[in-house]
Amino acid sequence: MSRRPGGRPLVPAYLSTGGVARPSRPHLERLSVLTRSGEPAPSGLPAAELALLEALDGGSLTVVEAAAHLRLPVSAVRVLAGALLDRDLVLARAPIPPAERFDPDLLKRVADGLRALKHD
Amino acid sequence: MAFAPSSTTSGMHLPDGARDLVKILVAGPFGVGKTTLIDSVSEIRPLHTEERLSEASAPVDDLDGIREKSTTTVAIDFGRVSLNGGIVLYLFGTPGQERFRSLWEDIAYGALGALVLVDSRRVDASFDVLGLVEESGLPYAVAFNAFPDAPSHYTEDQLRAALDLEPDTPMVTCDARDTNSSVDALLALVQHLIDRHPPETR
Repeated sequence: MSRRPGGRPLVPAYLSTGGVARPSRPHLERLSVLTRSGEPAPSGLPAAELALLEALDGGSLTVVEAAAHLRLPVSAVRVLAGALLDRDLVLARAPIPPAERFDPDLLKRVADGLRALKHD
Repeated sequence: MAFAPSSTTSGMHLPDGARDLVKILVAGPFGVGKTTLIDSVSEIRPLHTEERLSEASAPVDDLDGIREKSTTTVAIDFGRVSLNGGIVLYLFGTPGQERFRSLWEDIAYGALGALVLVDSRRVDASFDVLGLVEESGLPYAVAFNAFPDAPSHYTEDQLRAALDLEPDTPMVTCDARDTNSSVDALLALVQHLIDRHPPETR
């Protein structure tokens, strides 16, 4: 995506989505994980959708990280990701697999993981 | 941190094996050290998103010029750290003013809890954020960021009373610049979350 160093993105947020304000999916969370489906990008894809697709080359990103890298508001990335989901170019999953959503051990695992970060 | 200034290649994407993505808010007034704390724990250079405040500010300034409303933005910093077992923890720096309310709700959605950072030189600057956290129902812990010139003569009881904290709300002191100290503050919160869910109610 074109950007000027230290400046605003060349494509303003309200134009990046082609004027669409609402995502086609009811809820993409900030931490929903976006991954390319493997389908090749069709020609004629809007530039901002292509930029998001290219940001997913080589790995997955959360919605909020994609927004930060593309320098777009989270709301705009939700719209773009929704369009790419509709075209099956991108897959999205919830931050936590549904079966583990209320896993009582999750907090304990977070605590253990934090303790392991500490160094003497 | 050892990352090159350009983050477009390695380190940008989620680590392989990332399975459970969890979120903790680091909440507090401007200048209290939210981004410093996030930076001391994060494995990536903290990122930020520009968030528009138009909807959030609409009720209070509806006569004061539509143009200005549409351009009000706030930068929300966040960081990421991979923990053992496929957990990736995200830390979101969240300002606490009343005008951020709707943005707050969106960021807080699905969060485990909030670590409220307080500057003991200006405790009253944290009243708004404590109000928002309590209203949202998000469990929280309070961490005093230890600025070198902070008054040290307050007792814990005095600080608790000043912030009107519940007796079981954890209150710790931390140095947001120090990784171990920041991790300890986060651990105080997570232990509080664990204690709130006794095994028999699971």
